[in-house]
Amino acid sequence: MAKTAAANRVSDGKGFDILVYAIAAIVIAVVLYPLLFVVSASFSDPARVLNGDVWLLPKGVSTEAYANILRNREVWTGYGNTIVYTAAGTTVNLIMTVLAAYPLSRPDLPGRKLLMVLITITMFFNGGLIPTYMLVKDLGMVDTMWALIIPNAIATYNLIVMRTYFQTTIPWELQEAAHMDGCSNWRLLRSIILPLSKPILAVMVLFYAVGHWNSYFNALIYIRKEALYPLQLVLREILLISQSDAVDANVGLEDKVLLAESVKYAVIIVASLPVWVMYPLVQRHFVKGVMIGSIKG
Amino acid sequence: MRSAQARAAAVPACSPSRRSSRLLRQMAKRYDLYLMLLLPIAWYLLFHYGPLYGLQIAFKNFSPAKGIFGSEWVGFEHFQRFFDSYYVKRLLWNTLSISLISMTVAFPIPILLALVSNEIRSRSFNKWLQNITFMPHFVSVVVVVGILTVFLSPTGPINKLVEAFGGTPVRFMESAGWFKTIFIGSNIWQNMGWQSIIYIAALAGINPQLYEAAKMDGASRLRRIWHVSLPGIVPVIVILLILDVGHFMDIGFEKILLMQNNLNLEASDVISTFVYTTGIQKGEYSYTAAIGLFNSVINLLLLLLVNRFARKVSETSLW
Repeated sequence: MAKTAAANRVSDGKGFDILVYAIAAIVIAVVLYPLLFVVSASFSDPARVLNGDVWLLPKGVSTEAYANILRNREVWTGYGNTIVYTAAGTTVNLIMTVLAAYPLSRPDLPGRKLLMVLITITMFFNGGLIPTYMLVKDLGMVDTMWALIIPNAIATYNLIVMRTYFQTTIPWELQEAAHMDGCSNWRLLRSIILPLSKPILAVMVLFYAVGHWNSYFNALIYIRKEALYPLQLVLREILLISQSDAVDANVGLEDKVLLAESVKYAVIIVASLPVWVMYPLVQRHFVKGVMIGSIKG
Repeated sequence: MRSAQARAAAVPACSPSRRSSRLLRQMAKRYDLYLMLLLPIAWYLLFHYGPLYGLQIAFKNFSPAKGIFGSEWVGFEHFQRFFDSYYVKRLLWNTLSISLISMTVAFPIPILLALVSNEIRSRSFNKWLQNITFMPHFVSVVVVVGILTVFLSPTGPINKLVEAFGGTPVRFMESAGWFKTIFIGSNIWQNMGWQSIIYIAALAGINPQLYEAAKMDGASRLRRIWHVSLPGIVPVIVILLILDVGHFMDIGFEKILLMQNNLNLEASDVISTFVYTTGIQKGEYSYTAAIGLFNSVINLLLLLLVNRFARKVSETSLW
């Protein structure tokens, strides 16, 4: 009796394993295929992409599309702008988030509960798009990079993650001891807390930097001058609005239409490359960040 | 009960003036912490509470010359106009249906993915599964919509497949009928891996002895998932569901805005994109501020409602 039950279990396990691995394989294929297709298409002969010859691997290898992008001044300007916005924005984010998260992590700070409530509320109720837009406009930030940086100086979710980290990983006794020795809070923060918090600082840099790199909406409403466009707005023009403007003017019309198609694939790759190159290196940090965030703060 | 009363009685005994002076001393001792908070708090007041002050234009006729404070009150006129308009039905229907479908179709998928990942015994395969499914999360919305456009274009691979099976190419991106499927499908593609992280972490925290005990009792693996894994992550599911409900009305509108065109507007026109096009592009600030306020209030009410319900039923809630 016991034997047959055990045997049943084994066979049950095997069939189950096959099912689990099959589902996982399908999921991987579905997630990966569009990405692989875009990479292959970007390196293919545009005519063959349009004919549907390209399924998985590049056909008639060509780097014409990339050459075209490299000659496109708007893409370069956008790239430059985005690098500046990302660097400046992430710096401001980091400073502001630390300045808020550290004091609020201190159990001996009178009023911190009230402040946390006031901050958390903003995650669920805010003025909305229009009043925020009017405020930024009144502050004279329209058509400056500050409109992309200052209104988003702190992401409340990140603030809560960081505060949780300070509370749970840095022993309070250590901070009290430093106080006994007459260490001021600023020095405590600079020479003890921050060096002990490198993992969470890395996570924050990543979260904020990817956010800046990928965002387009704030630029859409606050930036009118094309010289200030971030990469994502340039991308939007090339991918979704104009059909063939991204291509050099000195090719024939038919080639132009063809090239415009393959430029789309190439520009997707060029714009996402920095994030994808960084991804394998920092992936586990991201995961760690989410894990810390999931501890209820 | 009695001890609580005793404590309540004891409080007045401690003189309030001495208590407040101690509090002040404590605050003075920590003045540099408040100094650190100065900038962030000022920022929160300006950029989060400032717009709340500006929200009064929802009940006014805002004119730039008179400013927010000086513009005249009109009561609920803008709300009235919105509910009387011919497009209100379409906006509400699209917003609610997209949100509801997302919640019923897209919400459970990361949970299933986490359960699958939890059942995979090979560690390296599991790492691959996770790393690959996380990847699309880092692709920008613009790129995702760009990929959709080339992928679903009349000459794209999907339509080639349709033709191979004898169908005629469909203009997916310009079709109202396909809009919601494409929008929600690509959301799943982009977010299922990332959203599964929290569930995977919760599953890893389940006591292995529970599985052993279930195995001893002869539970099959499916039954172990049902009776051990799922109950173990129910609190996380409830919390995430509540958070989702709190944003019920603002459905990934940055992406909808990119996917929207005149031909699919019938299905893609939602409240938040309407606020953008009418408010920011056409400058009807007061009217759209009112619509935005309506949106936020619904969100908040739903959040409070669901949180209360969850606390009653499952003892898990946000607060």
